[in-house]
Amino acid sequence: MKDAKPTCEGRIKVPYKWFVGETGSRFFAALRDRCEIWGTRCSRCNKVYVPPVKNCWGCFQPLDEWVPVSDSGVVESFTVARCPDAMFGLDPPVVYGLIRLGKASGSLLHYIGEARPEEVKVGMRVKAVFADRRSGNILDIKYFAPVRE
Amino acid sequence: MGKRAAIVGFGQTKGSSSRKDVNGIEMIHEAVSAALADAELGIEDIDAVVIGNMDHFEGINYVDMWSVEGSGGVMKPIIKVTTGGTTGTTVAMCAYYHVASGLFDRVLAIGWEKNSESDTTGAIITAYDPIWERPNMAGAIGGLAVDASRYMHDHGVTERDGARVTVRDRLNALNNPYAHLRQEWMRGKDVATLVDLLVSSEENQVLAYPLRMSDLCPRTDAAAALIFASEDVAETIAPVPAWVLAVANRHNTVYYGDLDWSLNETLEAASRQAFAKVGIREPLKEIDVCELYLPYSYAGLAWIESIGFCGPGEGRRLLWDGVTDMDGEIPMNPSGGVMSSNPIGATGVIRVGEAAIQIMGKAGLRQLNRDVKIAMATGFGGCYWADVLLLGKNKPL
Ligand SMILES: [Zn+2]
Repeated sequence: MKDAKPTCEGRIKVPYKWFVGETGSRFFAALRDRCEIWGTRCSRCNKVYVPPVKNCWGCFQPLDEWVPVSDSGVVESFTVARCPDAMFGLDPPVVYGLIRLGKASGSLLHYIGEARPEEVKVGMRVKAVFADRRSGNILDIKYFAPVRE
Repeated sequence: MGKRAAIVGFGQTKGSSSRKDVNGIEMIHEAVSAALADAELGIEDIDAVVIGNMDHFEGINYVDMWSVEGSGGVMKPIIKVTTGGTTGTTVAMCAYYHVASGLFDRVLAIGWEKNSESDTTGAIITAYDPIWERPNMAGAIGGLAVDASRYMHDHGVTERDGARVTVRDRLNALNNPYAHLRQEWMRGKDVATLVDLLVSSEENQVLAYPLRMSDLCPRTDAAAALIFASEDVAETIAPVPAWVLAVANRHNTVYYGDLDWSLNETLEAASRQAFAKVGIREPLKEIDVCELYLPYSYAGLAWIESIGFCGPGEGRRLLWDGVTDMDGEIPMNPSGGVMSSNPIGATGVIRVGEAAIQIMGKAGLRQLNRDVKIAMATGFGGCYWADVLLLGKNKPL
């Protein structure tokens, strides 16, 4: 059977604005203005959250203790994306992974730069490289670069 | 109130990369008709409908209403369930809750997806937090790749080990007329040869290290439907109903960076709860067959450890020893699994349905050559949440 119109095409483009909230905003202000990374700490669970959370996932209590966190850390895992993707806005290969900073309990998901894909290893030490122009979002960290000793 | 419940009917469409001949509603109708025929029921016998898919894959947000021509739900109670990758298993669990509550006797559970109608990666990105993780991560592959690369590092696992999982599932798919990827070129070749071919092929490109094309599931168009019935009617509908023995579900924290990557924590906890309910102490010995939601090869090693079939790092030994093959001690994915068909909203329904037909003795060429008393089905969702269902031949006490 030959179809006159096998598909109807459409594109749904809906604008969104996601409110960061006061806790996340405080993190982004320190990042934008002073290139500092801060986390929220739960003394009951002995955890430091980066990204910061307003309420602890473990004990469900509000958190109001802020602690500075190192801008260097360790690659916990990573991948090398080999296919172009509109969401990246970057040309492949794109390396990104989980980076555990200083005394943070979890990792931050971010890009890894200044390294050839084959150089990147689990356990590698990396340090944040900040964007020259910062606007108060997670991309104010440009990427994490290997610490070369 | 409070009833035992069983699966009494299952139907599915053949998976394909694009069902051009039908729209989504019409594809749903095919699965529902097949399930009703399997149970020898009419749509008038159905008391309620649970349906699920992932809204962003087709861009339709009121699927419960939109789909009535296909679901047969006109003037019936309908609930839509959307939980990402686990949608199909959650649809099944929700239909079970309907029946187990004692409020409904016969409930239709439908899962479907037409992945061909949109951009799967673009849609899956909406599963990641827009403020913290979406700006620097995309789609389904990256997250799985990060998981795989950590697992390989921790346990010295190689790409041949991953390929061994792919080979098992794709060989099994050759026995399943509904599977999307039926790779005829694999037929008759031995496992080691196929593994060697996959890891040495230049066409088998790396998409996101360490994952190659052959490590990943396809994007599939398909629909599937199950019929759940209460203990009052189940045995009059099906000669061998597949009884629901246990269901369990766990969600974890949302940020990728906060997960414990040494295991699949939610799958472990849900499995443990389900096993405790049924009194299973040695899953490897006591469970007869599994239909696991394994969307990429390395999950077939790492996640079977989390379920408790073996210890950490021992998954590959089970695979290479043939323990999970059709004639092994615990056959996994006789259907070919998610590696051979992934119509996301339907995928979990298919896992549960394929587990059920092994008990009911209706699995055709992929029927195990032994009595199946206990079957396990799982669901996996995006940032690592899990559903587990255990089905049994014997009516639970
Ligand atoms: Zn706490």
